[in-house]
Amino acid sequence: MSADAAKTEVPAQFPDAAGHFGTFGGRFVPEALVAALDELANAHQAAMADEVFRDEFAGLLRDYAGTPSLLYEARRFSAQVGARVLLKREDLNHTGAHKVRNVLGQALLTRRMGKRRVIAETGAGQHGVATATAAALFDLECVVYMGQVDTERQALNVARMRMLGATVVPVTTGSRTLKDAMNEAMRDWVANVDETHYLIGTAAGPHPFPALVRDFVRGIGDEARAQCLDLTGGLPDAVTACVGGGSNALGIFHAFTDDPQVRLYGFEAGGEGMDTGRHAASITGGSTGVLHGTRTFVLQDADGQTQESHSISAGLDYPGVGPEHAWLHDTGRATYQPVTDAEAMAAFELLCRTEGIIPAIESAHALAGTLAIAPKLTAELGRPPTIVVNLSGRGDKDVHTAGEYFGILDKE
Amino acid sequence: MSERTSRIGAAFDKARADGRALLVGCMPAGYPTVEGSIAAMKAMISAGVDVIEVEIPYSDPMMDGPVIQRASEIALAGGVRTRDTVRIIEAVAATGAPVVTMTYWNPVERYGVDAFARDLAAAGGTGLVTPDLIPEEAGEWLAASDAHGLDRTFLVAPSSTDERLAMTAAHCRGFVYATAIMGVTGARAQTSQAAPTLVSRLREVTDLPVGVGLGVGTGAQAATVAGYADAVIVGSALIRCLLDAPDEAAGLAALRALSAELAEGVRHPDR
Ligand SMILES: Cc1ncc(COP(=O)(O)O)c(C=O)c1O
Repeated sequence: MSADAAKTEVPAQFPDAAGHFGTFGGRFVPEALVAALDELANAHQAAMADEVFRDEFAGLLRDYAGTPSLLYEARRFSAQVGARVLLKREDLNHTGAHKVRNVLGQALLTRRMGKRRVIAETGAGQHGVATATAAALFDLECVVYMGQVDTERQALNVARMRMLGATVVPVTTGSRTLKDAMNEAMRDWVANVDETHYLIGTAAGPHPFPALVRDFVRGIGDEARAQCLDLTGGLPDAVTACVGGGSNALGIFHAFTDDPQVRLYGFEAGGEGMDTGRHAASITGGSTGVLHGTRTFVLQDADGQTQESHSISAGLDYPGVGPEHAWLHDTGRATYQPVTDAEAMAAFELLCRTEGIIPAIESAHALAGTLAIAPKLTAELGRPPTIVVNLSGRGDKDVHTAGEYFGILDKE
Repeated sequence: MSERTSRIGAAFDKARADGRALLVGCMPAGYPTVEGSIAAMKAMISAGVDVIEVEIPYSDPMMDGPVIQRASEIALAGGVRTRDTVRIIEAVAATGAPVVTMTYWNPVERYGVDAFARDLAAAGGTGLVTPDLIPEEAGEWLAASDAHGLDRTFLVAPSSTDERLAMTAAHCRGFVYATAIMGVTGARAQTSQAAPTLVSRLREVTDLPVGVGLGVGTGAQAATVAGYADAVIVGSALIRCLLDAPDEAAGLAALRALSAELAEGVRHPDR
């Protein structure tokens, strides 16, 4: 992969004006949404060029979300990995994950467009909670769509959203999970597009969402790059992240795409194993298709019907992936590999025990992937590598799942 | 607009000469079963529906309301495949009624755009209505529909700018589909206020026939829409006849009755 990375030229302006990353991305939407997507694309362009907007966003990230997040050298974990591991501590942000960056940016844009209502889809509830948080802060009406299966297994997050003033709508169609919540949010948006912004939770969906979300989370990588230079005097050998829809991974990758010596690794949810078919690895286990408004890698059957994904991590349990990742995979600039539930949970436990940090199970996939690639990188470089891992979120929300997994909950 | 003649054009010409609108009735392929959907479509035709719109069931129908979602889920749970849809189209087209196909884009892309166009044309289908494909993304479909002589119907909406109306209509062949409301499919108590305005805006930029859909469910509504549109497109209200029925015979009877009521409506346009 290192040789490939060095060969690949990454053009400066991506996506193109119509939202294409190579053959991926674009807009596969009802015509009724095109006007709103154009409005959003224009607002995004104007906002990014507007110093007042950028200052306000930076101020919120600093004073409200608590960024820049730390880059922490995890020495005891490093010893187990056989690499110098630097953790980008997005788990310390307000609301406990990188997602707060995206919602604050989009909430500011919502206000800029003069809209008073936001809707969102959520799987585990993390993005729903983040959206409800921003809606409270910005005094916006907030409706969150959540698959009925998820409202039942994530009852605490449903309560958090309600405390923050949001309305949670359980979605009872299809597989009753994240992808169906996304369909339902799209349906709401078509019907209420004049006063409503669809605050999408990851770098997927129709143009301009993938570019817009990336721009709001790319501070992760900008900070990490500067922090790594400060701390080590050089760039890392590799940057790793988990990939669900792909926002935290793009967020940390972007600052490094023009540094060909920095390898980029995205770890997808391998669920029960790629050979079982029960996974959520769209790039490594899927094929090119159109889902939720964009052309990308999709888990689908021979007729193009979306297949259900499976992962112990609700945040990675999605049968598609953002189109920029599809393109980074295609060009070879980033490498994507699956990590099974079992591997992720072993890494989860290892971080708990070596560092006193309980990671989100999503982030545990990045840790497990890092464990897997370290020996190969060591062999390649002839020395232990320096690896920046995006610790995208904290594990409070996962305590129940992990407790059951490890069998450490007291029986009633 | 392409120079190729439209497969469905003659039906519009005849309706226009008769001073009425066409009635387009939609049904998901394979709902409730493959044979059941063929029977339903034939019943609609015998009761006065002019054009059948066969919808390819899709796992993520983001433009559709609860009725079409349910029917699509049932069809998919029954194991219907894209190639069954082609067979259904062939069976229904054999009655002589024009058959258009409505499909989300991914099933076509997965089948292969050119292969699908070839098989659809061979089955006697007239063309595609594509609810999540806009002309900007349709390069492959533009080429395949030209190569196989199929019509293409893109959607326009009340939110479309004048430029987009003109651009979209220019890429259509056969007819343009005007979505009457900002929202998903499903019968509504009232017909849309936005639809007549949208149709007259379209008339400024195209001579193509205009079909209006989303929300029509009664003969009176059909007559209202027939007053300004060239085709009245009805989906959810017809499908609900089957969904709500205690058994198949009752469902078909209800379907025939509503089809006849709607057919009456499009023959007496409110002008
Ligand atoms: C902590 C955390 N990391 C990662 C993800 C996956 O999303 P993405 O791939 O967009 O970063 C989620 C989603 O809920 C999450 O909560």
